[in-house]
Amino acid sequence: MDNTSQQKIVDEAREFADREIRPFAAQFEANEAVPRELIDKMAQRGYLAATFPAEYDGLGLDPIYYGLLTEEIGKADASTRGLLTVHTSLAGEALARWGNKEQKEKWLRPMAQGKKLACFALTEPEVGTDAKNVKTSYRKEGNKYIINGAKKWITFGNIADLFLTVTTGEKGITAFIIEREMPGVKTTPIKGLLAGKASHIAEIQFENVEVPAENIVGKEGSGFTYIVNTALDHGRYSIAWAGIAIAQEALEAMITYSRQRSQFGKKLHTHQLIQGIIGDAVTKVHAGRALCLRAGQLRKNNDSNAVIETTIAKYFTSKIAMEVAVDAVQVHGGNGCYNKYPVERLFREAKILEIIEGTSQVQQEIISSYGLRAYFKPPAKK
Amino acid sequence: MELKEQIRKFIESNLVVFEDEAEFSDSDNIFEMGFVNSLFAMKLVNYIEENFNVQVANDDLEISNFNSVNRITEFIENKRSAAA
Repeated sequence: MDNTSQQKIVDEAREFADREIRPFAAQFEANEAVPRELIDKMAQRGYLAATFPAEYDGLGLDPIYYGLLTEEIGKADASTRGLLTVHTSLAGEALARWGNKEQKEKWLRPMAQGKKLACFALTEPEVGTDAKNVKTSYRKEGNKYIINGAKKWITFGNIADLFLTVTTGEKGITAFIIEREMPGVKTTPIKGLLAGKASHIAEIQFENVEVPAENIVGKEGSGFTYIVNTALDHGRYSIAWAGIAIAQEALEAMITYSRQRSQFGKKLHTHQLIQGIIGDAVTKVHAGRALCLRAGQLRKNNDSNAVIETTIAKYFTSKIAMEVAVDAVQVHGGNGCYNKYPVERLFREAKILEIIEGTSQVQQEIISSYGLRAYFKPPAKK
Repeated sequence: MELKEQIRKFIESNLVVFEDEAEFSDSDNIFEMGFVNSLFAMKLVNYIEENFNVQVANDDLEISNFNSVNRITEFIENKRSAAA
């Protein structure tokens, strides 16, 4: 698809978000649910399959325009954007990349149409960052596999139909598509969250769930190296843009407020210390966007450096989303601490991005490891 | 540049240990030696597909296909001859 057509989709997504999402974001949070009607509307517009190939009813957006679309949805509401992250990026992209033809036929099209919602079930009650040590187990019995264990903090897990589930067993880490209707699957919503309250976050129990061999994604034992890494790479790319979304939305709120609100007889933006905050926020957003666009371009080119550049973008934008959201609250003063002002929600939502799809500390380790090799200049031999 | 040499250079540019700690032969298992990590495995797939006009399929997802200079080279050569 040419860039003009892709930009048109992004422009329409902005109008859609302005009309159908942003005005109701606080209500979604109060109700603790992104409504099904909204999900259906997003599916009708192809957003749930934004990156899928046209043969599976996808829009076929390239990584750059998918990022821009993610930003538009994420600016309006982080919980709604979460559906793109887990359904389209984590589960969808992993299936599109490593699913066999039969699996793609069976699941990608219903996922595109919104008839099947998918999520990514990796984290467990006792296993977060240490993802290689998941406890959820599989064992082979004939031509089927028996799954036992529990997953936690699974975004959209409470309403998803398909769980791309990471397990461990005889041959190592293995990824299965587990379907909700399989006997032994139970989901329980998690309440009392700091943010992501509307994103149907759940704990999932698998009790002697029988899964056919054809539901293995990739090969038995290849789950971590290929499926988890692929899913998380796409997840990190999505979160990189989610960070820009929150930072940009917070920046716009900060600037709008500073031009409307007066203190000491003059507008907030005329105070030099407020100008300092605004100047820093603009710079951070521009820098973060540049990193996201570079990662997107490398992904589009299938460049092997895309993985590290995506990691850098995710680390940076989740950090600046938090910083800009904190500053946006500061500029709003008391009003910023009140849920009638969106910056209060942005402040809470930003924190999540520094934790999901790899904590900032894990990203720092990866980036440091890269930098220690990429930027070493051996001393000249005498 | 010879295929093996290209593969070796790519591995050397993606080590998780310092260059002077990483001596390996063409048959050494670079994963077992701890010289690369699982992120490398994913980068390697992109690298192979982008540079050698080879498609890595889900049936190819055995780490044994990619764990040494020799195995990676054989994998690419086998794919090329199968496509020829």
